[in-house]
Amino acid sequence: MEKWENNKAWFLVLPVFLIVAFSAIIPLMTVVNYSVQDIFGPGNAVFVGTEWFEEVLRDTRLHDALGRQFLFSGLVLLIEIPLGILVALAMPKRGWGVSASLITLALPLLIPWNVIGTIWIIFTRPDIGLFGVAVNGLDLLSVPFDHTARPIYAWITLMAMEVWHWTPLVALLCYAGLRAIPEAYYQAAKIDGASALAVFRYIQLPKMRGVLTIAVLLRFMDSFLIYAEPFALTGGGPGNTTTFLSIYLVKIAVGQFDLGPAAAFSLIYFLIVLLLSFIFYQVLLNVGKGEKR
Amino acid sequence: MGLMLQHVDKIVGREVHLKDIDLHFAPGSRNVILGRTLAGKTSLLRIMAGLDRPTQGRLLVDGRDVIGMSVRKRSLAMVYQQFINYPSLTIYDNIASPLKLAGLNKSEIDRRVRDTAAMLHIDDLLFRLPAELSGGQQQRTAIARALVKESQLLLLDEPLVNLDYKLREELRVELQQIFALRKATIVVYTTTEPAEALMLGGNIVIMDEGRVLQAGPTPEVFRHPATTRVAEIFSDPPINFIQGRAEAGQALLGPAIRLPFSSHMAHLPAGPYTFGVRCNHLSLQSTSPEAVAIGARVDLCEINGSETFIHVRYGDTRLVVQKTGVHHFKIGSSITVYVHPCHLFVYDAEGQLAAAPDHTGRA
Repeated sequence: MEKWENNKAWFLVLPVFLIVAFSAIIPLMTVVNYSVQDIFGPGNAVFVGTEWFEEVLRDTRLHDALGRQFLFSGLVLLIEIPLGILVALAMPKRGWGVSASLITLALPLLIPWNVIGTIWIIFTRPDIGLFGVAVNGLDLLSVPFDHTARPIYAWITLMAMEVWHWTPLVALLCYAGLRAIPEAYYQAAKIDGASALAVFRYIQLPKMRGVLTIAVLLRFMDSFLIYAEPFALTGGGPGNTTTFLSIYLVKIAVGQFDLGPAAAFSLIYFLIVLLLSFIFYQVLLNVGKGEKR
Repeated sequence: MGLMLQHVDKIVGREVHLKDIDLHFAPGSRNVILGRTLAGKTSLLRIMAGLDRPTQGRLLVDGRDVIGMSVRKRSLAMVYQQFINYPSLTIYDNIASPLKLAGLNKSEIDRRVRDTAAMLHIDDLLFRLPAELSGGQQQRTAIARALVKESQLLLLDEPLVNLDYKLREELRVELQQIFALRKATIVVYTTTEPAEALMLGGNIVIMDEGRVLQAGPTPEVFRHPATTRVAEIFSDPPINFIQGRAEAGQALLGPAIRLPFSSHMAHLPAGPYTFGVRCNHLSLQSTSPEAVAIGARVDLCEINGSETFIHVRYGDTRLVVQKTGVHHFKIGSSITVYVHPCHLFVYDAEGQLAAAPDHTGRA
């Protein structure tokens, strides 16, 4: 290769650098700046060091929100990943059924998030909603179903909505992973005399490792940052029972206008997501490798 | 005894994949199925394996019809073009997998896995994962998995095609030795390469467009390719054909070349023929007084390892001359090619073999 005389080519990188700077680096640095100051008004701020971080870390309401967040994300992964794999395994491999199931699966993914909240509010309303009226018509529950009435109902509605909304993504990823396995693997297993379970355990699952890693990471991050759906559905209630981290954060930042603590909270939130994603990635990268007898 | 296919057809939709296949493979035989891509080699293997059902015909193992019998119950192993191993299992467990499923005891499994791995020179890689090995080692693992079963039927579907040249040569030699150790196994090996078929020896089946063109002992088929198509498939680089006539003890090649009949052509009646000559039998020097010169022009000069293939044109006929060593010829320059009548294959107007060179003491 010939070496270029001048280095003007780096100007081509400049637009991207500027976009990243304005969209990510500068806002992030602003948050860092806010997190160490007490701001009384424009041009009137006092440096407070780590005070906000200490306050936020001691905040019991934040601890509760974090606990709820872990429970929510954990349940999401536990339900959506296995369910997504099952759906992918059950999907047809050829013929018109392929397009039909792909389109059906893609539908929930195409709906705006706050619209999904609205759809489920209507769907579960005890007076006019299909689900609400049907469940209450069966007359099995001691307290009539109403997602605004009891925490457990709010959670069930929220989980159902989340699973309905995002399992298709996991299923589509897994389906792509399954389709990438050459037919010869299945033939070889058949000749070996392997059972369907063994084929799943030793061929399909290892071959889906890549897409499953992506699915777990995406679903974890996304569910950990969930805002629009509970905001539309429950607004964080009843009480604080569906107040997740982002909802609480917005309450502090926009509701109470406590920019300092909110900034400190944001940074901690960001670091938690980063750390957990890193751990998931490392674990998934190495799981199932080098299995000894 | 052995494996017998009787009038096997395979038709998918309107496409004929296999047509009227009649073959017999004896126990302990080495069989090569040679054919170009899409000749139906893989379709045939899949039917023999029981992965596909033939549209018509019978498949007999030791005289018993096995069509419809589950693949799991048959005694067979298969190696594919792709390197197929269980990705999350170590090499040891990969090789052991068919034995475990067969329910053998641990010490027996261990012994057989180690023996087979040693045979394929992967015994120091037993506790690695397939993804950590080179392509050649992965394919060795797949072959070990197939061999360890000691099945009645061993099918190999172009097993070396995805390996690079050096590894292919190496494994080809080893496979030949390994097959020789399996006295009771029917080995069926498909390939597109004539050289590979010749090296593995045994019997050969030449396939084209879903039909068997010729079957028999490999050297026999090589020396007497029954049709022009067989001669084309079973020679690499392709055999040269020259249209001509036979007249009064002389062969006329193209418009102007006259050759005296060699002894193997003595019985030919007069008429139009196609003369075939392998490119290693065309030379640039006159090797004997009987050799006849053909004046031609150089079209292309192709160097392949330590061989040079010179593509020349004589009238409308294109010929390829093989010459040992690396040589350069100017494109468009004129060149004299010598052909000896004793090397000519003669095909009649229908493309059937009319006369083949004698092979007394010559390959």
